[in-house]
Amino acid sequence: MPPEDPSRGPEDKAPRSRWPWPLSWFLALPTDSTLRTMITAVGLCFVCSIFVSAAAVSLRPIQESNQRLDKQRNILQVAGLMREDASIEELFQSIEARAVDLRTGRFTDAVDPASFDQTIAARDPALSTALADAADLAGIGRRAHYATVYLVRDDAGAVRKVILPVHGYGLWSTLYGFLALQPDGNTIIGLQFYDHAETPGLGGEVDNPKWRAQWQGKKLFDAEGALQVAVAKGDTSANPYAVDALSGATLTSRGVQNLLRYWVSADGFGPFLSNLSQELTTHG
Amino acid sequence: MASNTRSVLVDPLVDNNPIMLQTLGICSALAVTSRMDTALTMCIALTAVTAFSNLFISMIRQGVPPAIRIIVQMTIIASLVIVVDQILKAYAYEISKTLSVFVGLIITNCIVMGRAEAYAMSNPPWPSFLDGLGNGLGYSGVLMAVAFLRELFGSGSLFGITILEKVTDGGWYVPNGLMLLPPSAFFIIGLMIWALRTWKPAQTEREEFTIQNAYADGAKPTAA
Repeated sequence: MPPEDPSRGPEDKAPRSRWPWPLSWFLALPTDSTLRTMITAVGLCFVCSIFVSAAAVSLRPIQESNQRLDKQRNILQVAGLMREDASIEELFQSIEARAVDLRTGRFTDAVDPASFDQTIAARDPALSTALADAADLAGIGRRAHYATVYLVRDDAGAVRKVILPVHGYGLWSTLYGFLALQPDGNTIIGLQFYDHAETPGLGGEVDNPKWRAQWQGKKLFDAEGALQVAVAKGDTSANPYAVDALSGATLTSRGVQNLLRYWVSADGFGPFLSNLSQELTTHG
Repeated sequence: MASNTRSVLVDPLVDNNPIMLQTLGICSALAVTSRMDTALTMCIALTAVTAFSNLFISMIRQGVPPAIRIIVQMTIIASLVIVVDQILKAYAYEISKTLSVFVGLIITNCIVMGRAEAYAMSNPPWPSFLDGLGNGLGYSGVLMAVAFLRELFGSGSLFGITILEKVTDGGWYVPNGLMLLPPSAFFIIGLMIWALRTWKPAQTEREEFTIQNAYADGAKPTAA
């Protein structure tokens, strides 16, 4: 037995009379009786679950606004619109979210672009298609029918930038990010990932601003319309279609190339990109 | 009592360090030490969980039926870890993204469970709280030392602030890629244990058995 201590909890052997009825009866049970074991287990779970749910419920609004702000910050960064002198919400008001039907490559009103969740929809057979292995370059398994794209307009109302959500498998994890394109649907403005779990310092260097800056001005397709974009080894500053791969992160680099190629291909945003100029003039 | 309380808190820092002497909690020491800021968050989270789980478990220790005491400990530890994880997601979103699953894995960290079972189940709440705090800090000390070496030599920075300008950023320092991978923490912890045991030979374990010479009479084995 440990020495007597004044700070003992209420369930230490307290004088019976101090407690009202159910508790005094409970404390009188032998510690290792089945009944006391059951009551302790249920009681503990009850107390712990109240504790845990209270924390989860009270903190959820802050967590959700964190996630939303994080996504918005990434959209602004990839479009090159991020400034320190204004809040993210203010800056984000200039960006318009639109839903795209990936099967037809046209804008759609079938889903609400603000609340549509591609990840959840990709698990729902009614809202997604399974990809054959050969077509599934990005390693994502299923693709939702719809996607939310973001449009940035200039003061005259003409669309200047189109931001597409992309994701695909790297080495350890699925990388989630945004690809910003000029309205020609070919010239890259930026590529940035907001969620991944690649090795920090190696694959994690996809977040390095110096590496990301390489994407600016690169083209997806050549003059014949063939897909050329790549992550290549060596000095690629003269190559209009390729950026230098990350050293020590061959598989992450390959994953980035694959996901990029997948999402601009016919299975991804390909139809939308070829319709882009028409869509922007008629529905934009 | 005062010196006893002090030793409960201070002993786990060097003399009875959970990682160096007891070799507990190595898994997260490998996983989260590639950057100092994530390591620091992990240290604070683990220290808080160990201290409070010890406190709560010690408070109810005499009422816990022996048959389910491990499950009771696990439930309390798991609840605390979920709360810590929720708090991180709300107030340190960026860091909680990098720590991802490792905060949840504090539940299985051997230090938390080990202290609950070995100390809190048989000691009053206040010393148990200090024991948890001390062990958390002992773990933190080692983690921060490992993270210091790994981030400095692996990324050329400390807490994300560049110290050694990397070649990829136009500087002179060629980073050591091994330092960014989990095995490097094994080497660093191994070297630290060696250094500590040279400094304090009392920590060296006795050999559990010695290899006996089966041919003690000097006869050589013959090819069978």
